[in-house]
Amino acid sequence: MNWITEPFSYDFMQRALLACILVGFTNGFLGAYVVVRRLALMADALSHSLLPGLALAAIVVGLSPAGLLFGGLLAAVFVVLGGHLISRSSRVKEETAIAALYIVAFAFGIAIIKYGGVNVSLDHFLFGNILGVGNSDLWTSYCITCVALLLLVAFQRPLFLAIFEASVAKTLGIPVGWLMGLLILLIVLAMVSSLQAVGVLLSLGLLILPAATIYLMSDRFEVMLWGGAGLGTAGAVAGLLLSFWVNIPSGPAIVLILGSVFLLAYLFSPRYGVLRRFFHRRHMHEESLERWKSESPRDTSGEA
Amino acid sequence: MSQQLVLNNVTVSYNRIPAVHHLTATLLSPSCVALLGPNGAGKTTLLKAIAGLLPLETGRIDFDGQQLKNSGRRVVAYVPQREVVDWDFPVTVRGLVEMGRFSSLGNWGRFSALDDAAVIEALHICDLEDLAGRQISALSGGQQQRAFLARAWAQQAEIYLLDEPFTGLDRNATEAFAQAMRRLRDAGKLVIASHHDLKSVESLFDHILLLNGELVASGPTAEAFTRKNLDSAYDVHVFSGHAHPHTHA
Repeated sequence: MNWITEPFSYDFMQRALLACILVGFTNGFLGAYVVVRRLALMADALSHSLLPGLALAAIVVGLSPAGLLFGGLLAAVFVVLGGHLISRSSRVKEETAIAALYIVAFAFGIAIIKYGGVNVSLDHFLFGNILGVGNSDLWTSYCITCVALLLLVAFQRPLFLAIFEASVAKTLGIPVGWLMGLLILLIVLAMVSSLQAVGVLLSLGLLILPAATIYLMSDRFEVMLWGGAGLGTAGAVAGLLLSFWVNIPSGPAIVLILGSVFLLAYLFSPRYGVLRRFFHRRHMHEESLERWKSESPRDTSGEA
Repeated sequence: MSQQLVLNNVTVSYNRIPAVHHLTATLLSPSCVALLGPNGAGKTTLLKAIAGLLPLETGRIDFDGQQLKNSGRRVVAYVPQREVVDWDFPVTVRGLVEMGRFSSLGNWGRFSALDDAAVIEALHICDLEDLAGRQISALSGGQQQRAFLARAWAQQAEIYLLDEPFTGLDRNATEAFAQAMRRLRDAGKLVIASHHDLKSVESLFDHILLLNGELVASGPTAEAFTRKNLDSAYDVHVFSGHAHPHTHA
């Protein structure tokens, strides 16, 4: 058992472990909303647009977590609202407008990091450095986890209604626009908190891979929420260990592990795996017969 | 003690083009009302206005003597068109019907035996008990439509607004859905459905509201569903902000 416990005899590894648990849990939980509401591309745009905000914050206030958080939020809000504004006021559709803005923002971010004298390497922002997690980073992650979970659990029902059918939610008096804004805000917060662990570019994996995996395995949204959180935590910790043993950066290690689990679910999920569907095809007539039998006595709407 | 939905001088715009003009009509509860009219006549717009999704430019809508937008959120249950639903959403039939209870539970309310009973009753009314564990995409079109009606039922609203519920249903599915709809009426509710198949109107609805941008006729099917009224709704371009293709019966 020494090979498992040994990494955690180091102080920096204990901190990294704690960071992985916090970040994996928050992102995995939030990911259910992102996947089901089809916000993955939006989240990708958000992750890229963090970069100039982070760089500016680093120039102005230095590398404090609060400054990075604020800068990242500001940049993300700029891209989302700007995309909204452009799509409203011109012929360009929203996803194009957001893509245009985030890629420009990303380029701007790289430019100011390279030439603005930011006292940190670009790699640090892009790929993270979990072994450099400090106490203030941990506190930031901890606060973000608490706030995100509290809000997501408190507004679980209205959020669920809003992402399922916005129009019905509106007839029930649910402020759909505000809730979507809240969701985007939480996505940005979760990404900022996962910055140290996986960086800007790979933070998307931590957000969507656990939820996408559970989406292939369950028909219940609560299972996606908590299962995604559990899988995100396990994947982040496993990735950390892998990075220690194989000596690769933690970000890629975490995303590769989560990606492998996603691939396994895609192939072997008992409910929605492709292999099950493939082997099941032969029995289609049996399924149809079963359905016919179960419905015919009472319900004759057999247009399925 | 019958309740009534009173539309008084209602004008609603859709995408800034007026779609329903100065409409005044009274709908008695309980009944099943068909909203009829050619494409672009304002059927969906009127449904959305009653649901509170579109603002009124003029007039007001009252139910039971109270302005509808002030009478709380639980009076109206809205069932959108089937095309707008994401059928891969991770929810079972039972989970869908349980959503109908959210508005009365609030954010923290615990699911009580009463809520459970409402869900089971809704599933029963819509003949879905055996399918409660199914994911919603594993249903036939008619079952999907009934599942959404069951959710509206679980909401225990007074007015049920259905957008084209019979579109794409075959004869048997239509009959099964109509039966669930009549059960709602028999429980004292007002059901309003936009509808375009003129052949089935008389067998499905007891009242009609005939629209073409403005009101053409409103009343019990036996009285208002006449050749003359239909001709004036479908053949004469009465009133509309923009050109639209006419559908002839």
